[in-house]
This record gives sequence, structure tokens and C-alpha cells, in this order.
Amino acid sequence: MELCDYQAAELARLLRKREISSREITESALLRIENKDKTLNAFLTVTPEFALKQADAADKKFKEGRDISPVTGIPVAIKDNLCTKGIRTTCASKILEHYIPPYDATVVKKILQKGAVLIGKTNMDEFAMGSSTENSAFGPTRNPRDIKRVPGGSSGGSACAVASGEAVLAIGSDTGGSIRQPASFCGVTGMKPTYGRVSRYGLVSYASSLDQIGPIGRSVEDCTMLMDVIAGYDKRDTTSINVPKPDFSGSLSSDINGLRIGLPKEYFVEGLDPLVKEKVIDAVNLLGSHGAEIIEISLPRTPFAVGAYYLIATAEASSNLARYDGVKYGLRAERDQSGLEEMYEYTRSEGFGKEVKRRIMLGCYVLSAGYYDAYYLKAQKARTLIKDDFDRAFQDVDCIITPTSPSTAFEIGEKSDDPIKMYLVDIYTVSLNLSGLPGMSVNCGTIDGLPVGLQIIGKPFDEETLFCAGHAYQQIAERK
Amino acid sequence: MDFDVIICFEIHAELSTKTKLFCRCPVSYDAAPNENICPVCTGHPGTLPVLNRKAVECCIRAGLALNCNINSRSIFARKNYFYPDLPKGYQISQYECPLCEDGYLEIPGDDGKPYIVGIKRIHLEEDAGKLVHSAVTFEASEYSLVDYNRAGVPLIEIVADHTKNPIRSLQEARSYLGKVRQILQHIGVSDCVIEQGQFRCDVNISLRQVKSPDFNERVEIKNMASFKSIIEALKYEIKRQSEIIESGGEISQETRLFDEVKMVTVPMRSKEDAPDYRYFPDPDLVELDIDRDFVRKIKDDMPELPGIRLNRFIKDFGISEEDAHLIIGKRDLSDYFESCVPYCTDLKKLGSWITNELIKVLNENSISIKKFPVAPKDFARLITLISCNNITEKIGRLVFKDMFETGGTPDSIIEEKGLKPIQETDILEKMVEEIMKENPGVVSRLKDGKKESVNFLIGKIMKRTRGRADAKKVSALILKKV
Ligand SMILES: [Zn+2]
Repeated sequence: MELCDYQAAELARLLRKREISSREITESALLRIENKDKTLNAFLTVTPEFALKQADAADKKFKEGRDISPVTGIPVAIKDNLCTKGIRTTCASKILEHYIPPYDATVVKKILQKGAVLIGKTNMDEFAMGSSTENSAFGPTRNPRDIKRVPGGSSGGSACAVASGEAVLAIGSDTGGSIRQPASFCGVTGMKPTYGRVSRYGLVSYASSLDQIGPIGRSVEDCTMLMDVIAGYDKRDTTSINVPKPDFSGSLSSDINGLRIGLPKEYFVEGLDPLVKEKVIDAVNLLGSHGAEIIEISLPRTPFAVGAYYLIATAEASSNLARYDGVKYGLRAERDQSGLEEMYEYTRSEGFGKEVKRRIMLGCYVLSAGYYDAYYLKAQKARTLIKDDFDRAFQDVDCIITPTSPSTAFEIGEKSDDPIKMYLVDIYTVSLNLSGLPGMSVNCGTIDGLPVGLQIIGKPFDEETLFCAGHAYQQIAERK
Repeated sequence: MDFDVIICFEIHAELSTKTKLFCRCPVSYDAAPNENICPVCTGHPGTLPVLNRKAVECCIRAGLALNCNINSRSIFARKNYFYPDLPKGYQISQYECPLCEDGYLEIPGDDGKPYIVGIKRIHLEEDAGKLVHSAVTFEASEYSLVDYNRAGVPLIEIVADHTKNPIRSLQEARSYLGKVRQILQHIGVSDCVIEQGQFRCDVNISLRQVKSPDFNERVEIKNMASFKSIIEALKYEIKRQSEIIESGGEISQETRLFDEVKMVTVPMRSKEDAPDYRYFPDPDLVELDIDRDFVRKIKDDMPELPGIRLNRFIKDFGISEEDAHLIIGKRDLSDYFESCVPYCTDLKKLGSWITNELIKVLNENSISIKKFPVAPKDFARLITLISCNNITEKIGRLVFKDMFETGGTPDSIIEEKGLKPIQETDILEKMVEEIMKENPGVVSRLKDGKKESVNFLIGKIMKRTRGRADAKKVSALILKKV
């Protein structure tokens, strides 16, 4: 085991004791990238010089004993849809292949301020549209557990980097499951915070009302360390919410005595791989045997979720992606153009991939005159009903547990020709984005060497309970 | 055939806030291209809008001044369309739940009675940037550049009601536009400088044969750069549409552009080609809850409306109605007038000097009153000097010119230039004697009772003294001598 394979929390302890240096960790991660990333393709941009400079700055802080935070000196990978000043930010799209942002996303700024080491920008589905990281203009990322398989998506690069030791921590974004599902497929921990908990400023929008940034780590504890850094109100994002920010890592407990866990019956039906179901139920029972109370609940509007999600997400995306027109930045088609119309047409035809085009077209259709009421408004109504389901359920339970994904990682190319099949991969994750709820995927074992994820869903702004349940599970499972 | 006309304006006024609607870039009109821009107003990936509270205040203030209901819940929506001056590919505007609805404005009607024009809504939105073409016309241009200084500048759109008390004539159209502009200026929400694009409008017009129950389809006209072209466009359109109807044709619903050179409207797009803007609530901005106290505060702080101010100028200051109208026509001028008032004893003369001499100087030098260098106190002093016959109007104009050019006070200029009035009786008496000696013919005519001959002699003295002699005194002296 190399330094880059340690948990962040352990590395932080060793760094504080000055038994190791940030440079050593960073070099170990960079070496891993060099050795493995040709195969895995988790990174779109690696920033070795910048990383080592930051590592040395972190080591100086440890030497002087000042400005030390839990993430100081820890290599963090950032999904390539978060703007990094001076470092290209592509969203895995040809249209932004050479785009260098003039500013840092709020989350990036916070991470750098706390002395973490930005090691590179990770691969993803183009503009976060996808569930497998196959929709990247720069080639798919591979699952480190089985390179024939996908790492999940859209934050597949981030999850892969953490799982393979190419980074210790990573930042992802989650619009319909894009943190949780790849965390599940790669066997790491990934958390989507409550909508409004983390500033979206600088996150390249896919679907504004659903997007949320979150941490990916090797353990719940690692995720809390990153959450402490990125959470909080930001006046640059008026959809972020000004509520007190807990000390997530400081208050992390594994006391689940009397914790009421809901099991929604609609999530354990046909379509779910029976082996996945078994693993999840085993995990729930384990928690039950350690003091948690397991309660069967119903979320009857669950069947509407995927439909509502794809209507709302594509509607917002069709508008959010209008700015990529070749006028101000990014790609402009070089083909001869007769005028403005053709400049737009060629630029967007060449710049966007197939799935992005599909979603833009779907979204334009959803919003167009005559269809708006039937699709967009109806989807919003369904959204309200789905949220009501959760509100009602949370009167009786403290958190809800479901599978993160109906299956384990599938093979590259297996579903890429069938968008509907691919969309159904998100069946257990999209409801949370529609409802704004926090959710986390924690590994609960493997099937034929492929990780299975357990999804824990919490009340709005109650990430602490999620962390507690997840942490407890990881503690118990480790002892077993 | 005779026709009834319905005219319905959509007025866009740029707000005079310090910063843009969704970022902190300054709003200014003399910046170099793309000087006032940032990642937000140029639509960089990942940026988010943050609403300018002052702009909301301005919109509500306009709504209150135009008698609107202020909605307690208001939503921003995206209007989606592609154009290079629109950095995000959508304009943040309002669709459902605008800030203000159901207002009205009273104007003088054609029948002489007050007429209440219905206002449907006032909403807040962002302006787009500006395209600069490499040649005079777009067609002849090799390339076009975009200046985003204006992108994100707050605008209010005032939409008149097509069904509730619409405007019925060109005269009413003129009154309405003038009055809206005047109100916006007086309540301090917009400078409404038409040349700078701060006050623009589109107009819908439809006709109906008198006594026929229904109006024909309405036609929208865009692209008018001045009040004059709005009226010309309407005139042209009334003629065009009535000719079509008279010849048995049908008006189709369409949008037309006004050609400023040929003074005609030309088709832009038909109803079928009307763009689908795919409006939907902007998910990057939260719904606005408009607090009643917030509205009350805006109401309490509302500057005096021009109609009330006009009456006060006439009643309290005694200036002529004509001057009062001219002054009220521009808010800055009204403010200037009022800041002169405490220093001036002859307000009537102050009024007429502002509407004549001052406006003339402004026009000759094409500057705005904001940049006018003469302090109100000095201007008032000049008027007082004239009013007390310390100097003649003619000398007053010389002094005024000097004040404008050098920034000096009237007293110092009079002193320096030797323009002090000649008051001393002995000097004047001597001069009168000389002049009378030199013009015996005139004197004899005067003695014969031709009183008006006195003016000739006064004129001679004025010429000799370069206008510095006190004319009344001179006249008395001459008559005494005769
Ligand atoms: Zn700006």
C-alpha cells in the first residue's frame, strides 16, 4: 500500500505528526497517475507542477505549525465541470476543449484556501450528461475494479481517481446520481449534499435546480473532511441557503442506537438485481442488529421520478447550454460559414456530443409553446408530489436506505446504444435531486469483485445523520 | 372611410442604477468597449446571477408612479434566443408574475378631457450588448464586434394595455410617451436619454373602420430611434393599413421594422415566423418575496411627481405656465431651477432666463444641465442683478456667456470687464447734453411732442456706454432737459 492509498483522515493525522510530507503523498499519487491513467483515463488534465508547489506550501505550513486544516496537503481531484482559474475546464466537451476560466469556482477557492493539493481535473460524461462516463469527448474512463467496465457517471473520473489511488479525495457533482452511482460502482463513498448546502458558483450548469457539488472519498470520515471545507452559504449563489454549518468531521459519531431507518418498498421491486438487493438488505440488517430500528415505508410516487427528472433536467440544460455559441469563448467551427446561423449550427454540431444534443433537443421540445404545460409544468407537479412523499416518510424515520443502483458496474458499450436503458440506471438516485435531499452511497460489499452501493437518504440539511449512519456501517463492517 | 386606431406601446427604459442587474459591473455610457464586463455579464460557464436590490426598488418606484399593483410574489424567467449580443443565449426577464401590474396613466385626451391610459404590466429585465459592424450597414460589413458593456444593464419594460383604455390617436401617443418619460426622469429611475438608447419602444397598432365592432389584426413596429420616428412610423402605418382595408384587403398580424431613411415600415416577420422564446422560470434565481414594508418605504421616499411639481412651480413660484412646462419637461432642469430659487428674488425672470438663455447655451454647446458649469447661486445672482436694473438684459447675456466660459461669478466679471452700470447722475447728465447737442433735429422733434424720439437718444447713449447706462435714468434726464 502506497501513501496515495491511505484514507485522507489517516494521512491528515500522519501529516500533523510530521511523519510524512505532503510532497511524498502528492508524488505517490502523481506516480500512480503516471502508471495507471493511460488505462483508466480518469484525468483530463493533470497539474503536477501546480500540485507539487502546493504540496511544498503545505509542508511549510506543517513545519511552521500554522494555517493547518484537515485537508491541508491532501491531493484532491476536481471534476472538470468546476471552474479553475488558469487551468482548462472542459466539461469533457469539445466545445470547451481549450477553455481556460478567468475565475475559480467557490468550492475550488475554498479547497485551495484550506491548503489542499489540486492534482488535476477529472473525466466525466460531457456536461455531466450520462451515467457511465462513456459520453466524454476525450474517451471513457474505466472502472479500476474491472477495466472492461464503466466507473459509473457522470463523476466517473472522480470516483475512479479515488478508488485507484490517483487522488485521495475528489470533488464531484450530482444532478441525478452523478456522485452516488459512480461511488457505488467504484466502491468508494460519495455524498450529494442538500440542495443549497454547497455553492454552485463556478459549477458549469447542467440542470441548475438539480445540480449539487459533493465529496468523494474512501470513507465517510474522509467525506466529512471535504464537506467541512466546501459547505456554506455563498452570496454569489442565491440558491445556496444561509443556514448554520455543522462541524461534520468534528461531530461525526457512529451511535445508531434508536436510529429509525426507512426501507421504501417501491425501491426493492422488479428491475433490481437480486444479488444487489441481498447485499443491501444484509447491510440494513447489520445496522438493525446494532441498535437501529428498521421500518418499512412507502414512497408511492417513485415511478414518476425518472420521467420528471429527464423533463426538468433537459429543459434546464437546453437553456443552460445555449451560451456555447462560438462567439465569446470555446470552440468556433472553422468551416466556411455563410453567416450567423451557420456559425451557430456548425459550432454546436461539431462541439457537442450525441447525448448532449439529444438532451438539448428534448429540453427545447419540453419548453416549447404548446408543450410546456403538458411536459414541463406536469413534471414540476410530479416533483412536488415526490417531495411530499419524502416529507411524509420523514415524519416516521430519520433516514432512508435503498440501493444506489439497480446493478453493479456494467460493461463499456453495454448500454450506450439504448438511452432509455441508460436513463433507468438513475432510478434510485434522481428522486433526491428532485426533492433537494442529501444522499450518500456507501460500499456494502461486492458481487464477483464488483462493488455494491448502499444509498442513505436524509432530511434536508441533516447530512449529519447520513454521515452517522454511514460511518456506523463502515465501522461495523470493518470489525466484522 | 374613417378609422378608429388603437396604439399600444412597449417602452424599455434603462435604469440609472450604479451597477448592472446581476453583477457588480458599473453602468456607464462613456466607457471604452468591453471595459465594464466580468465573467457573469459575459456569460462565462458556471457563473450565476445575483439580483441588484436597487433595480427592484426602481422598478417598483416606477410601478407606484404609474399606479400599478405591486405583486407580493415575483418571478424571473428566461427568454431563450440566440444572438451574439446576448451572452448567455437567454435574457433574464419576467414572464409570469412581473413586479408590477394593472396600472394607469392620466394624459390629456383628444376631446380635451383627461384620459386614463391602461398599463398592463411593468417588469424588470437585463439589456443585451451591442454589435459594432465594420461598415455602416450590416450587409456591407466584413466583420462585426460585440461590446458587452450594456449587457446586463437593468431595464424596465412598461407594457400598455391593449384592451383597457388604449391610446387612440397620434396626439395621445405623443402625450403618453412624453409623460412616461417625464415621470421616469422625475422619480429618478432613468435618465431616459433617447440618443443613448436609454428610452426605446416598440409599438402595436390596429385599425377599425368607425362603427365596425372589431379591430383588425395588430401590427408591431420596431426599430424607432426617436420620438419623431415613432410618430412617423405610426403615421405611415395608419396610412398603409387604411389603404389596405379600403381596397378590401386584409391586415395580417406581423412585425415590421421602421426604415429611418425612407421613413416607411418594412415587413420583418409574419405571425407564423414569430420566435418561440421558450420562457420558463430561471432556476438560478429564487422567487422574489416583496415585503409590504419594502413597498411602503419606496412609496414614502417617492420623489415629487412631475404633475404636482408643475403646479407648485406655477402657484408657489409664480413662473409662467409655458416656462413651467418647459422646465418640468426635464427633471435636471427642474432641479437646477429649484436650487436657484433660494438665492433669487425674481423667480419669474429666473424661469424665463432658464427657458431662453440657459437652454440656448446648453443647445449651442450640446451639453446636458448635469455638466453645466455655472453654480445655481451664481446664476441666481445674475438674475437678481438684472432684475434690480443693476445691469441690462443685454449686459446680462454678456456676463452669462463669460460665466459659462470662465466659471467666474457675475460680480467679479462685471468688475473685471468694467461692465459696472453708470449710475452717477453728473456723468450721465454730461453725456445727455453732448448727445442732444450732436442731434439737434431729434431734439427739436422731441420738443414738438414726438415722445418716441427719446428712444433714439437713449440708444445713442447706450451705444456710447456699451449698454452700461441706466436707461430709465437717462430717459428721465433727457425729458428733464427738454
Ligand atoms: Zn459584469
